[in-house]
Amino acid sequence: MDLTKTTIKGVNEGLKAKNFSAKEITESYLARIKKEDKNIHAYLSVMEREALKQAADIDEKIADGLPLEGLAGAPCAIKDNILIEGEKCTAGSKILANYVAPYDATVIRKLRSAGAIFLGKANMDEFAMGSSTENSAFGVTKNPRDLERVPGGSSGGSAAAVAADECVYALGSDTGGSIRQPASFCGVVGLKPTYGAVSRYGVMAMASSLDQIGPLTKNVADCQAVFNVIKGKDLRDATSADFPLINIGKKGKKELRVGLPKEYFSQGIDPAVEKLVRSAIAKIEAQGAKIEEISLPHSEYALACYYILMASEVSANLARYDGIKYGVSAAKEEGDLLSIYLKSRQNGFGDEVRRRIMLGTYSLSSGYYDAYYLRAQKVRTKITEDFKKAFAKVDLIMTPVSPTTAFKIGEKIEDPVTMYLSDIYTVPINMAGVPALVMPCGEVNDLPVGLQIIGPHFSEELIFQAADMIEKLL
Amino acid sequence: MFDVSHIAKLARLGLAEEEKAKFAKELGAILGFIDKLKEVDVEGVGPTAQSTGLHSIWRPDDNIKRHEENRSKILANAPEVKDGHIKVKTILE
Repeated sequence: MDLTKTTIKGVNEGLKAKNFSAKEITESYLARIKKEDKNIHAYLSVMEREALKQAADIDEKIADGLPLEGLAGAPCAIKDNILIEGEKCTAGSKILANYVAPYDATVIRKLRSAGAIFLGKANMDEFAMGSSTENSAFGVTKNPRDLERVPGGSSGGSAAAVAADECVYALGSDTGGSIRQPASFCGVVGLKPTYGAVSRYGVMAMASSLDQIGPLTKNVADCQAVFNVIKGKDLRDATSADFPLINIGKKGKKELRVGLPKEYFSQGIDPAVEKLVRSAIAKIEAQGAKIEEISLPHSEYALACYYILMASEVSANLARYDGIKYGVSAAKEEGDLLSIYLKSRQNGFGDEVRRRIMLGTYSLSSGYYDAYYLRAQKVRTKITEDFKKAFAKVDLIMTPVSPTTAFKIGEKIEDPVTMYLSDIYTVPINMAGVPALVMPCGEVNDLPVGLQIIGPHFSEELIFQAADMIEKLL
Repeated sequence: MFDVSHIAKLARLGLAEEEKAKFAKELGAILGFIDKLKEVDVEGVGPTAQSTGLHSIWRPDDNIKRHEENRSKILANAPEVKDGHIKVKTILE
């Protein structure tokens, strides 16, 4: 029996009804990975023994008549920048090719207690820097919908694994669009939660003022189920926060006010993509939602702003990979301490990582700090204010996810600036720290197109409600 | 304008001679793109470093336990270890 088409809810009900065991479903996924993943390369490592052991624990619980947790028995993929104790964790980088995680990330600990089964670690752009997964030191992941195309990035392995039925759901991380753009390219659901809604303890830091962990799933209900397990304040991540007591809860269909920012429907977008996004929005309008045009005037500066702030934080965060504490190292070679730093980092880091470290170092260097870093932080304030003003008028904002569908492998890799433009509609959301969900809303030439639903801080519940409504209408 | 050798040294990144021209060209293009920020009027605007308004977050220092077992897992990842410590090259003569 092929059990690899199921959702979290389907697994849960099937286990309760004893239609299949956790062992059977885990074996189905492991077999599928063995068969399919040589073409797709969504996984960097597969945790066969660990997964079967987790499955056996769940089957034992069922046999003992104990209650099942919400995610019990649903096998998942974890982006390889999130630590699972005792497993390799490479972040797609040669510098960490042999690094073994000494502890569980908080999200892993939470998934474990909800009964999760970990199938393996998903491929990604090196240290989450990229929009195509072509920057992985261990080879590109292919888009399951068209093997000549990229799955998007940086969580390309996670999105491809979900789309190819090589897992029920996956975790990714999103600093400027790294969950949402691949979710859109592969035709799955992805959520970038509110900044601080999910603990980052045990995830390799890229840009700390922007990074968030979130789920990639086959439908909206699964996305909500995973999010509800991983969210919440954690003493080990000082930026994490509990949801405020005054919650932005659900709304009636006819009360819903939706803003369409004119800057996201203008130049550079593929007209076929725009048409699909607009037609999804028209469906909720027909149900009584009020749609109005709004403006986020500073969005056009968000990408430039992002490349200063993100790169500056990258240059600080990646200073820890110095060849001394862990990773590929020149420590055993002749030479002084400086030469070990230089050689270890030269040998261990790929081109995009080195570009961003240098860009960030430059932005923070003496004489340039005010003109670059400080100015970008001020522009960030303007971008954030745009969103605040918009949310005084509307409940949610809806936009495209990326200007085009998935592009061809090799098409943009030689031109960094063109590659960066594929994140133009996702980056402003991280700047403002607001949550955004991406869901499939149709296809252009057999390639998926995504719709992005953005809400104010901590409005995930309302976003899920709207997404669920649209999912049923499409 | 973009002195790759100087910046690479500040960043503790080794670069091969033939890579320098390539990185200088690419970083020049990125900086050209970033120049756009000069158009924004930021007079009187404060900087944002934290987007959800948290500040001064404290936790008790005794909340997180440290174990011998964790220490050995961490040391197992270090390239050179001596007597339970990570070994570093001499920095003082």
